[in-house]
Amino acid sequence: MRLGAHRPRLATGRPTSTTALIGKILLLGAINALGVFGLLTAFAVGDWGVFGFVALATVAADYVYFSKRIEAGKYLLPGLLFLLVFQVYIVFHTVTAAFTNVGDGHNLDKPRALEHLLAISEKRVPDSPLYQIVVVTGSDGTLELLATDPQGAVTLNGEPVTKGVTRDSTGKATAVDGYRTLQLRDLTTRQEEVFDLRVPLGAQGALRTQDGVTGFLARPTLRHDAAADTLTDVASGKVYRASSSGYYVASDGTNLTPGWTENVGFGNFARVLTDTRLRGPFVSVFIWTFVFAALSVVFNFAIGLLLALALNKPGMKGRNIYRSLLVLPYAVPSFLSALVWTGMLNQTFGFVNQTLLGGADVPWLNDPWLAKGSVLLVNLWLGFPYMFLVCTGALQAIPSELNEAAKIDGASAWQHFRRITLPLLLVSTAPLLIAAFAFNFNNFTVIYFVTGGGPNLPEAPITLGSTDLLISMVYKLAFGGAGREWGFASAMSAMIFVIVAAISAFGLRRTRSLEETYS
Amino acid sequence: MRRWLADTGWRHLVGIAMLAFALFPLIFVISASVNPRGTLTASATLFDGASLDNYLKLFTTPTLPYTRWFANTMIIAGATAVLTVLLAASAAYAFSRFRFKGRRLGLLGLLLVQMFPQVLGAVAIFLLMARIKGVFPGIGLGTQWGLVMVYLGGAMGVNTYLIKGFFDSIPHELDDAAKVDGASHTRIFFTIILRLGAPVLAVIGLLAFINTVNEFLVASVILQSPSEHTLAVGLYTLISERLSANWGVFAAGALIGAIPSVLLFRFLQRYIVSGLLRGSVKG
Repeated sequence: MRLGAHRPRLATGRPTSTTALIGKILLLGAINALGVFGLLTAFAVGDWGVFGFVALATVAADYVYFSKRIEAGKYLLPGLLFLLVFQVYIVFHTVTAAFTNVGDGHNLDKPRALEHLLAISEKRVPDSPLYQIVVVTGSDGTLELLATDPQGAVTLNGEPVTKGVTRDSTGKATAVDGYRTLQLRDLTTRQEEVFDLRVPLGAQGALRTQDGVTGFLARPTLRHDAAADTLTDVASGKVYRASSSGYYVASDGTNLTPGWTENVGFGNFARVLTDTRLRGPFVSVFIWTFVFAALSVVFNFAIGLLLALALNKPGMKGRNIYRSLLVLPYAVPSFLSALVWTGMLNQTFGFVNQTLLGGADVPWLNDPWLAKGSVLLVNLWLGFPYMFLVCTGALQAIPSELNEAAKIDGASAWQHFRRITLPLLLVSTAPLLIAAFAFNFNNFTVIYFVTGGGPNLPEAPITLGSTDLLISMVYKLAFGGAGREWGFASAMSAMIFVIVAAISAFGLRRTRSLEETYS
Repeated sequence: MRRWLADTGWRHLVGIAMLAFALFPLIFVISASVNPRGTLTASATLFDGASLDNYLKLFTTPTLPYTRWFANTMIIAGATAVLTVLLAASAAYAFSRFRFKGRRLGLLGLLLVQMFPQVLGAVAIFLLMARIKGVFPGIGLGTQWGLVMVYLGGAMGVNTYLIKGFFDSIPHELDDAAKVDGASHTRIFFTIILRLGAPVLAVIGLLAFINTVNEFLVASVILQSPSEHTLAVGLYTLISERLSANWGVFAAGALIGAIPSVLLFRFLQRYIVSGLLRGSVKG
């Protein structure tokens, strides 16, 4: 304790200890070293987006931590950087994709798609010479073609080579200095890569190979007309026109794959409403998502509250045992519990049908309505302990004067609960209830692991089930089997985001829990 | 007797009914894990024989790197929990103790951005991680640190909000006194705020740990080879391939996998209620 004539130092004067200073300098040095490393590699691979971000982040770190004026920034910057990269950028990327048709068959931009179409249309030029080929690999691991033409001239990736070439008895080049020749075993494992290899030979076409042993001169069978933006099949004369659907389409409706990523504006959003086959299933998923989230909160809260009331009697026997066992479902990781429930509710082998119901055949997960009930039941099991804990805490926080006053006024137990306990409880737990609603609105784990969204709706054009939530629908669109539609899935994601944010903002405003923030 | 029923008896009835509901799946898993036949059908009969075969299989089957999954999950969830608490607590300190431009908006913005669940961004996350791999191979696609970083993107948001509520309830007089004694704001943060805020930090850390153990989708997108998997991804693939046949092994794996979360929960349970309520409701 310092007493006496010293003037108290205010917040601005801060004596920094030497060790703290050294630690700070070391840490910033490491950050800068990492930054420079990032800049160099980003430069080397030509990723300017990452380059720009690393540069900005490093400069920001140096500025914020060396500046004496910035205080709050020192505590915000690390979290903000992660937030920017892994949330803000992801949201931005998703929203951008929502306005395109990106997905299977539409992953490339237009120039790359065109290049790809021309490359896969390449066929051997009739009667052209055959080359003898070996596939070699350089120090960086990329594959290159070492070709011997019929006259015995040797080229490596189209460039003539004379020095360092090893030839076999027939005159075929089999190896070249500085490169490793691929053996048959490597050829089979890297078949696809070998097949995609092409060495451009100017106007003649390109050198390609199908087996890694013989090469041939290949030329595209499609001709691109840049002015009209059409592709013409050289042999048949069929004309494919670039269309706004992101494909080259012929007049008979056939199209060339792959297509490209095309801007579709609000098309993805409009689609759920205009596509008549999609509309019905979408609306039912939409409604079920709200019902599921609302009922989950209501059931879990009701049971949690009942339990909290029941066990809220001081001196009750076994209270601690009840409490510690009842919260077990909350402590067990929920993906495990969900999977266990799936097994227990299995129609033919499950514990519930076999043992509890003595060999019954109830389709817990296979009937649309029972499946809805089952996921709610599983979610109750997973969620009631949380509500129990929260309600217990909130009950104990109710001032005891209120309870005594009610007793003196002669309130019945029900009146007491209805007029005093419940309103006070709702006020203090409201923010958590809203958070629980938002959480269950996107409760992917329960749906995905228990029913997988099923049983499937027969009329839906995409695989959708009667327990699917919006979020599991998005998952199926983006990662489901065939025809993944990332653009469409992103549009749905953006929509869910807006709904959840709006509900939460509305709810939080209503409960005035942000009051303090606004002061 | 009637009075006892009205006063205490119904409490026990409710308690016992809920205990039965809460515990029977757990009893089923324990029984299935020691079932010698190890199939779902056989597991329907409780405690039909007892053997440790399923547990042995977990650790001896070469195609089933359970030990790796377990270790991976602990490392990833542990690192995520610790770093989440650090990031969220320091942001909460800034929001609670400093006044700066954009403070109100910043706090609302944090809450809003976090409403966007990472499940929805999985495609974008995959593409981003592939890109990061090109520049920083150690933290890109297919690495555990990459996964931890993705989780840290969601570290602020609600966590910061809850912790801030708690920090607000720590009297400012303590800071002021320390300032008078010449302590810097860094020192106040580490020696006063973090210490007194321990209850809420414990809760946030626990929730971050459990949520990370639970997370399936992003983990399955980023970690690709079986030996890198987390428990969620590994155990799911185990029974999605052959639900019935692998049931016993799954049950054993699930039980062992749940132990760390349950233990952590036991130690931190007393903080949960006070931490959550005090953070969300000012008081």
